[in-house]
Amino acid sequence: MKSSKQKITPRYDRLFVILMPLLATLLALAIGAVLLISLGADPIEGYSAMFQGAFGSKNALADTIVKATPLLLVGVGICISFRGGVLNIGGEGQLIVGAICATYVGLALPELSFGALVPIAMVAGFLGGAVWGGIPGVLKAYFNVNEILSTIMLNAIAVQGMNYLLRGPLIDPVQLEAASRIPQTARLSRLYDLPRLIPTRLHAGALLAVVAAVLVYIFLWRTTIGYRIRAVGLNMSASRYAGINVRHYIVLALLLSGALAGLAGAVQVYGVHHRMFTDGSATGFTGSAGFNGIVAALFGQLHPLGTIPASFFFGALIVGANSMQRAMQIPSALIIALNGLLVVFVVSSEYFKRRLEKKRLIDIESMEETEKPAGTEVAA
Amino acid sequence: MITEILSIGVIAGILGSGIRLATPYLYAAIGETFGQRSGVLNLGLEGQMLLGAYAAFFVVFTTENLWLGLLAAVIVGAIMGLAMAFVSVTLNAEQGISGIGFYLFGLGLSDLLFQKTMGTVETVSGFRPVEIPILSDIPFFGEVFFNQNLMVYGAYLLVPLAIFVLKKTKFGLNVRAVGENPEAADSLGVSVKRVRYSTVILGGILSGIAGASLSVALLNVFQQNLTSGLGFIAVALVYFGGWRPFGVLIGALLFSVVIAFQLWLQILGSPIPSDIAVMLPYILTILVLVVAGQRVRPPSALTKPFERGD
Repeated sequence: MKSSKQKITPRYDRLFVILMPLLATLLALAIGAVLLISLGADPIEGYSAMFQGAFGSKNALADTIVKATPLLLVGVGICISFRGGVLNIGGEGQLIVGAICATYVGLALPELSFGALVPIAMVAGFLGGAVWGGIPGVLKAYFNVNEILSTIMLNAIAVQGMNYLLRGPLIDPVQLEAASRIPQTARLSRLYDLPRLIPTRLHAGALLAVVAAVLVYIFLWRTTIGYRIRAVGLNMSASRYAGINVRHYIVLALLLSGALAGLAGAVQVYGVHHRMFTDGSATGFTGSAGFNGIVAALFGQLHPLGTIPASFFFGALIVGANSMQRAMQIPSALIIALNGLLVVFVVSSEYFKRRLEKKRLIDIESMEETEKPAGTEVAA
Repeated sequence: MITEILSIGVIAGILGSGIRLATPYLYAAIGETFGQRSGVLNLGLEGQMLLGAYAAFFVVFTTENLWLGLLAAVIVGAIMGLAMAFVSVTLNAEQGISGIGFYLFGLGLSDLLFQKTMGTVETVSGFRPVEIPILSDIPFFGEVFFNQNLMVYGAYLLVPLAIFVLKKTKFGLNVRAVGENPEAADSLGVSVKRVRYSTVILGGILSGIAGASLSVALLNVFQQNLTSGLGFIAVALVYFGGWRPFGVLIGALLFSVVIAFQLWLQILGSPIPSDIAVMLPYILTILVLVVAGQRVRPPSALTKPFERGD
């Protein structure tokens, strides 16, 4: 019996990777159901409204992918930073700064062709996010500043900067004349709209995000720089001992993570909104993609390719929650709460994974002690 | 404009509101200090504050009993603290990320409950200023220090109390031991898990009270994301204060006086756009973290889970 255990447990691990998010989801949905009941709503009705809203039609499915796109871009960035041992919570701010830079490029150069401008705008978004991610990287590497706190502060600063720009220097001239002063920029030239993939809201940014996920996978697992980022994340002091300049890689991990969030901002502008706007808070423009991208990445086991289905799943949750809100007047804030629970469940599940691994080690040890009998059992 | 700012009335105004505004930071950051001194970083503090603020507000709104409201915040904070303790101490989960999870949970749930139970922004009559006899008659200082509401006084009384508990009691000694060297504490028979549970639950309770101080004492309203990052700033203040209650007090005062100053600048019509002015506290927090990062060393076992030796 013991020997068969040894063969099965590695498979348990792989099963665990698939089962764990599933269990976490079920648990969160169960708690959500309790919340729905206590708010006087029928959870089955609520969840089926969600499911219909997310997958019920071609348009629904397209919306789900559109919502998943920024989550995937932010999420693969999170894979880089978390694998590098730095906890980037600044996705919101990096996305906003990227979006501002990309929008500015589009407004400043209105007369170019799609092929000339959009790549520049995407690079601008990428670089803007890189700067906003690089700052906490430098602060952590050289000034010993906790990156969680600095990225959260930089989120707030980015939001205020956005509010200032959209109420002042970058405000739509039409809004200024009409005296309504809605804080948004002018619409970018229609020439610059990212092409639709099928006649729905689905735009080419989704493809870009998938390509980015594959590239980040190759980067992290097939290049020396990616290997070093992961080495620093696994064991900082051993990496230092091995001659890796740990500080450089801390900065790089945060910088790249921010850059991908910035790219997400650029994609949101050129693929979805075609302008920037603000309601005063971060979520008005970002839709909390900067936070939900973290959730998606954790759900995808911090693996860029795993983050693809995870982002799709959370895109579906968001679209579904919106249609539940319309159908049953359940505020979509429910989904923020459930996302929070999912994060807690996913990080807590590491405990059970560790216990499984420990148990396997003990099993192997006890097997080695009783090598012969175990062997005969296999034969029998 | 300079002369306007320098007038005695304005200075008293800035100091007075600075002292008042420090209240939520003090409750939250002192609670967080206990948690971190025992080795647990609770980043879910903001979520605990939001739920505490909502609970207190809702109870006061429906019953008009301030103390019941405060009790509700304490209970909600304790439950959230217990959940955080279970996840970080029993399940040994990554503290930074699980804290963010609890933050999102509190953010979403408080908004959900707010929208379902109230829907619009209401106000309550919260804790009123209580003049301390004789002392409040002292010119200038009397108005600034001794004409505040009870929750403000409570926050300032908490500081010496926290210093006493951390330095002079067995519990405080255990907290420090567990945060610096859990193995040694464990070998001397101190239950690491029990100490950490109690500090994290205490932190939850104080965060709940911090939230209540906003919703039923300082602002007397509740709305979506009422705290808007205040809880995270409180965590930063613990770093700034070098993990000592007195340092936290200095940080909280410095911080809230800067905020009050910025608010007065806006009232007096400063040429700085208000969107830029409100960045100030956040920029200050980062600078404060840079200074703190050079100066002091965090508790050795901070964010490190403890598992009994194998």
